[in-house]
This record gives sequence, structure tokens and C-alpha cells, in this order.
Amino acid sequence: MGDADAARSDGDRPDPAPSGPEPICGAPVTVALGETTVHPNRDELVGVVRSLRDDGWLMCLDVTAVDHLANAAIRTLPEGVEPERFEVVVVLISHERRERLRIKVQVPADDPTVPSLFEVHPGTEALEREVFDLFGIAFDGHPDLTRILMPEDWDGHPLRKDYAVGRIPVQFKGDPGPR
Amino acid sequence: MTTTDAQAAEGTERPVAAVTDEGDQEIAPRRAVAGGPEVLREMGSVMRLSEAEVAAFGDVESDPTVATTTIMNMGPQHPSTHGVLRLMLELDGERVVRTKPVIGYLHTGMEKTGEELTYLQGPTNVTRMDYAAPLFNELVFSLTTEKLLGVEVPERATWIRMLLCELNRMSSHLLFLATNGMDVGAVSMLIYGWREREETLRVLERITGLRMNHNFIRPGGVAADVPDGWEEAVGELIEMIPPRLDEYEVLLSDQPIYRDRLQGVGVITAEEAIALGATGPILRSTGYAWDLRRDMPYLAYDEVDFDVVVGSYGDCFDRYAIRLAEVRESIKIVAQVLDRMPPGDYRVQDKKVTPPPRARIDESMEALIHHFKIFTEGFRVPPGEAYTAVESPRGELGCYIVSDGSAKPYRMHVRGPSFVNIQTLPHMMRDGLIADGVAVISSVDPIMGEVDR
Repeated sequence: MGDADAARSDGDRPDPAPSGPEPICGAPVTVALGETTVHPNRDELVGVVRSLRDDGWLMCLDVTAVDHLANAAIRTLPEGVEPERFEVVVVLISHERRERLRIKVQVPADDPTVPSLFEVHPGTEALEREVFDLFGIAFDGHPDLTRILMPEDWDGHPLRKDYAVGRIPVQFKGDPGPR
Repeated sequence: MTTTDAQAAEGTERPVAAVTDEGDQEIAPRRAVAGGPEVLREMGSVMRLSEAEVAAFGDVESDPTVATTTIMNMGPQHPSTHGVLRLMLELDGERVVRTKPVIGYLHTGMEKTGEELTYLQGPTNVTRMDYAAPLFNELVFSLTTEKLLGVEVPERATWIRMLLCELNRMSSHLLFLATNGMDVGAVSMLIYGWREREETLRVLERITGLRMNHNFIRPGGVAADVPDGWEEAVGELIEMIPPRLDEYEVLLSDQPIYRDRLQGVGVITAEEAIALGATGPILRSTGYAWDLRRDMPYLAYDEVDFDVVVGSYGDCFDRYAIRLAEVRESIKIVAQVLDRMPPGDYRVQDKKVTPPPRARIDESMEALIHHFKIFTEGFRVPPGEAYTAVESPRGELGCYIVSDGSAKPYRMHVRGPSFVNIQTLPHMMRDGLIADGVAVISSVDPIMGEVDR
């Protein structure tokens, strides 16, 4: 019972280091809501993920992105990290530590390119294709960067904030008309 | 599996492994996981050709004296592709060389929709992703919202959630058993699996009001308390299912044809599964014991007793056997919930999140306004971001929400386990027969609603 509790606090809320979060692989770190986030820049991303993998962060669970158009969301970035329009978010897990780690990379709107993690975690292939499809962020070194969810000839990237929610008029047979 | 001396010696270096009291199920000492890409590149099992490139092969003059491979399309309309999965197969005779899963036929932009819905409406949206296990989607969305809100859900709500999720895991796995039997030729299994699933859904309907897409687990708790007589309904169900599972064992596990169809088919190693991000029964079938319920407990899973089932060969039969055994484990958990359901409230009494009770609305103007505000405007969630994950029947189901302080998520992302698991298909089908491909697809148990979202 006590052991199980210990495991839970280990897994859910890693105690932040007493002297503030220390940089991981040279990249600044923030801790919020018990979740640790590493903020490498674009060039460091693959190196950081690779050394984390060799350090026990074996699996890459998730690659996604956030479009901070007009900076609507309030962001907590460490000093020295310039906010950009896009953020690519990578979630890693260490089975030994029973912890997750989030990696966030700032991606400018005028050059939405990030190095691909395929060489380190081949399981990111579909996830990166999804981010490319829905956000238009290109992944350098990805083996097959094509649309995955939307049709191949689709225009635009739906999850961008400047892509409006569209409605297709549907005419129902036998519509009684407006009530 | 026994704990060897080497493992025991190593246990001192791995304190986490000592946490569990399930000696047989400690995380086995890992071989060095060489970066998967090297393994996978060598295999070259993923076909990376676009429609146009494939179509261009139609114009190539074929020379009968030269051995060639055939590219064949399978799906999206195919009875054993579980919905609308489409595969492009490169075949060398009957042998599968490379595969490309083509998805997106069910894409409805649910993540975009999620940005337009309030946190209270969110569960109605996410529940439609993994439609075979809808309560898990609601749960992970609610847990993430609650993490951002910083509210603590009452104990009774937690146990009701656990009850519902385990019943849902049973119904999802029963659905798998039914379709897995059908896919490999044991067609009568479809009827039996469906029959028991329907009994499970009947209990869920009794509790939540709906068979599927319940929208019952909501931020702050659950929609209503469990109804009178739920103990009897659940009790009867968990009495009824185990003997039926024994019948499945006779019908499937003990049947030589079924075993021959699955054993040694679609083998995947732990290294490959980890490199590809596969979770759930696929990862566990390789002998790698990783179950979020035990290893990173949420709800009250650290207070109930259950086993994590692992396989040893990583083949289709292991994945079938794991799911069959997990139904039994879920029954164990449900039985404990039945005994230990704590009294109390079924939702948090936080005026910011919880609508006032119906009776108050008749007598209090403020309660009426409050009720109106919560259901029109929604409640505001403090700015921040959170990622939470639960062990769905298919693996790690994660939800990532970015809040900008308004009543709607700024970004809502769901990490669907099926979406990632589908990447293992080409590797498991490589060098197998095309007929085995059907068994492999079935054993991955993808739900396309969650893949395409």
C-alpha cells in the first residue's frame, strides 16, 4: 500500500529539484502542474531526444503541435527562449523512472521546419505526418512526409488557428423547412 | 516466468521494480534496446509510395521472364479491416513484402471541433473517438481538465469511474474476441462474443443511460450516481461472464485450427514495439510488463488487486490470450469495486464546476443564473497545459490540453493508441502470407474512429 503510494507520487508528480529545475542536456527546463518540460531549440532537438533515449527515455509517445497565433495562450517559457507562432510538443516516457517528459520546440511561422525524430524513434513517423498534415510544419529527414488524415489534394492545414471551422450545407430529403 | 538470481541482484539497482509485490510480473531485465531504426530500416517493411507513384506502375511493360512483385489494395471496404482501414500491399506471390496503411477515411476533425466546445461539452466529442471504449476517452479528457482546474474528485466518483472503465474494458475485449474469431474463420465466435458484449453494454446502459457514447464521465465527477439495484446488475454480470470465457477457451484456445492460424504469426519483439511506440496488449505480448494502471496508477488502481498479463512470444495468439485474460482481471477489479464502493458524492462540490442541484433552481434565483451560466458559457479553466494518460483497452490513451484561461480548450489533442499501434502492421505482416495479414490486423485491434479522429 505504502509502496503503491510511493509509486504514484513518483509517477504523477516528480518532486521538483529543490534548487529550481536543472537544465536537461543543456536545455532549459520548466515545471508546471508536476509536468516537466524541456525547451531545446530546433537544432538541438534531435540531439536532446537521442541522449534522453540513451538515458532511459525509451519511448516517444506523442508528437503534436500548438498554434499560438497572436499569442492567445499564456505561455510559461524559460529565459532565453523566444516565443514563436508554433510549438512542436513531444512526449517521452521512461519506464524505469515511471515519468513522462515533455519537449517543446518553438517554430517560427515564416520557416515552419523541424528536424525529424524518425532516426531516433521510428514510431514518430505517423505522428509527424499528422502534424505536417494539420499544421503544415515540415519535418526535415522524414522518410515520407505526405498528408495522412486529409485527402492528398487538400488545401490548407486545418488545425492552424487562421483556418476557419467550415460548414458544408447538407440538404436533407423531406426537410419540413424552418419551424 | 520466475525471478532469477540475476534479476534479483539487478533489483537493487532498479528500485522501481521493487515497488510491486507481484514477483512474477516485475519488469523483466531489458536487453539493450538498440535504437529501433537500425532494425527497422533493415527490414524495410513499410511501403512509402504515393497513389500516383503506384498508379504509374500500371504503364510499366511486364516482362514474364523477370520476377516481379504485385501491388494490391486491401480495403477500405473489407470485412476484416475493422472499419475503413486500407492497406497497400506489395506481394511476392502469396507473401507480403511491404505494406502501407492508408488512413483518414473517418477523419472528422474532432480535435478542431474540440476547440469550439466548452469543457463541459468536451466529453460528448471525445467519446466518439474510440467508440468501442468511449468511457476511457471521457475519462482522460476529464482527468486532464481536472488537473488544469486543480480539483480533487470525490472518492465515490473515482470508484464509479473505475467500475465503468473496467466494464467498458470487458465489453471492448469481448468485441475483440468476437471479431478476432470471425477474422480467422471461427465465425460462430462472433455470435458468442457479441452476446456477452451486449450483456455488458446492458449493464452500462442501466448505469449511464446509453449503450455507447455515454458522456457520463465529466470534468468534476460523473453525470449521476449509480442507480438503485446496480449491485445486482453488475453482480449478475460478473457471475455470468467467467463460465462463458471458459467456453471461449474450448472454442478458440483449445482448437488446433485456431492456434495454427495465430501462433507464430505476426511476431514483434519488445525492441520493435518500443521503437514504434506501440502500447497496450501489443507491447505486453512481447513480455514487457507495462500497464499504466499498475505502473503509473490513476483513479484508485493502486488500491485494488489485479494482475498485469504479459505474453512471451509477441505473436497474434499472445495478443488474443492477453485480452482474454484481461477480461478476467477486469472482473476481479469490478468485484472489488462492488465490495468497496465508498459512500459520498458522485461529483465535486465546487460551485465553479458543478451545476446546482435541480431542487435549488426552483427556489433560488442565483442557482438558476448559476445553472444557466455553466451550461451556456461554461466554466473557465486556468491557463496552462497538461497531459494525462490512461490505460485504454488498446494502450496509452493520452490527452493534451492547452488552456488560455477561457471556457474552451485552446488546443485539445488526443493521443490515440490505435493511431500509433497501426504502425506495427507493416513490420508484423512482413514475410507473412496475405491470409495471415487478416489475423495480424485483427490482433492489433485498431478502432478507426480513434485512428482518424
